Amino acid sequence: MSKVRVLVGTHKGAFVLTADGTRNKWDVSGPHFAGWEIYHMKGSPADPNRLYASQTSGWFGQIIQRSSDGGKTWETPGGGLKPPTSEGGMPSGESNKFVYDTSAETGKPLTTHQWYDGTQHPWEFKRVWHLEPSLTDPNTVYAGVEDAALFRTTDGAASWHELAGLRGHGTGPKWQPGAGGLGLHTIILDPSNPQRMFIAISAAGAFRTDDGGKTWQAINQGLRSQYIPDPKAEIGHCVHHMAMHGKRPGVLFMQKHWDVMRSDNAGELWHEVSGNLPTDFGFVIDVHAHEPETIYVVPIKSDSEHFPLEGRLSAYRSRTGGNEWEPLTKGLPQANCYVNVLRDAMAVDSLDSCGVYFGTTGGQVYVSPDAGDNWSPIVENLPAVLSVEVQTLA
Amino acid sequence: MIHVLLPAHLRTLAQCGSEVELEVSPPVTLRSVLDALESRYPVLRGTIRDHGTLERRAFLRFFVCQEDWSHKPPDKPLPEAVASGAEPFMVVGAIAGG
Repeated sequence: MSKVRVLVGTHKGAFVLTADGTRNKWDVSGPHFAGWEIYHMKGSPADPNRLYASQTSGWFGQIIQRSSDGGKTWETPGGGLKPPTSEGGMPSGESNKFVYDTSAETGKPLTTHQWYDGTQHPWEFKRVWHLEPSLTDPNTVYAGVEDAALFRTTDGAASWHELAGLRGHGTGPKWQPGAGGLGLHTIILDPSNPQRMFIAISAAGAFRTDDGGKTWQAINQGLRSQYIPDPKAEIGHCVHHMAMHGKRPGVLFMQKHWDVMRSDNAGELWHEVSGNLPTDFGFVIDVHAHEPETIYVVPIKSDSEHFPLEGRLSAYRSRTGGNEWEPLTKGLPQANCYVNVLRDAMAVDSLDSCGVYFGTTGGQVYVSPDAGDNWSPIVENLPAVLSVEVQTLA
Repeated sequence: MIHVLLPAHLRTLAQCGSEVELEVSPPVTLRSVLDALESRYPVLRGTIRDHGTLERRAFLRFFVCQEDWSHKPPDKPLPEAVASGAEPFMVVGAIAGG
């Protein structure tokens, strides 16, 4: 019988939740890396037992953890005791080393970026927001980091190298952080085209490469953001998250800081599909595993409140690819609920009856085993949930 | 033998005990102690000092003989009491946060 494994990153550690295909009874493992922020965990599609976790701390910086047994044990690749590998006699240990590329000619930083006050600011690595394992190779992973840049490992996270063509993109010096930082938080790999990848940055916008990450183009046409001087600017949009169905790789969905958007041409042009949502603000968005036109969001009250409308936690589902939305409330708290659902905290499984999952800043992880009709909490008292990913296991 | 005391999170990460003993060739300095520590436990590279700049991370401080050495030159010799192992070299994390 199929199983599901839910990978939950929280403010104070990681948790692994497992169940059989009924998704009724859950085993909870954790906290792993107790006390550390786990921004994101994700498994390799090519080897489901290979997991990667972004472990981070304001005190001690960034660690990358790797598991080869589905999360039972973990290691810091490249960080173990190894013989010296350089003339200086220092052993290798670079699983957590994310160093921005510099100019080959001058050795100086490639660019600066725009700071909150409009002045230019040097790029400073802070943390890994999102890990996206390759669709075909368990040792290849992409990492979206703050300050916004894209890194890749091809040796199972032992070493990381920047795909600097993104930051070197002509608009890089104009990128500006949102209140939550200048983070690259969304990475989508196109299963039909290994050279194509989509990423999103707060608050720069969405970008696409068609040559494996060497060059990038901004794909923000059609977005409209009233909070920037030119609402239709090429960059500067606060994209919260994007999602794509693997069988419809040209169709993208986006939850922006205001507005739910859709593109039918790989981001060349977006149009709004917020429709009858009670508010078009939110962070998460995801697509049903088997129905490419069925999408999910969790509307959140804003600006600044960032909790459900009227204290009632509701997911919304559109079966028409947007515009027409229905509330999904059965089993979700409908009074006195003031949690948030952060951008990487929703996922779907691919069982016959698609399961939908999301985690909250109140420490609940909810599951709907029937595509959103009915919900129940898997766990209710975790630390604030930062990310949720799901693996469907044979 | 130099005695190094680490914050709990770094002890967990390095899978070491509450006190690490290091052989450090003279002169014993901030830099040589941290180099030796990171050589023994490569996973600690980047957690105490920035990977690129080798600057101390902002929320950590270095204490020796009840004195804050966080802003002393990295190549200044540490007190003899530390070099001899009589007093520990302490890496201290800020007491803050949620």
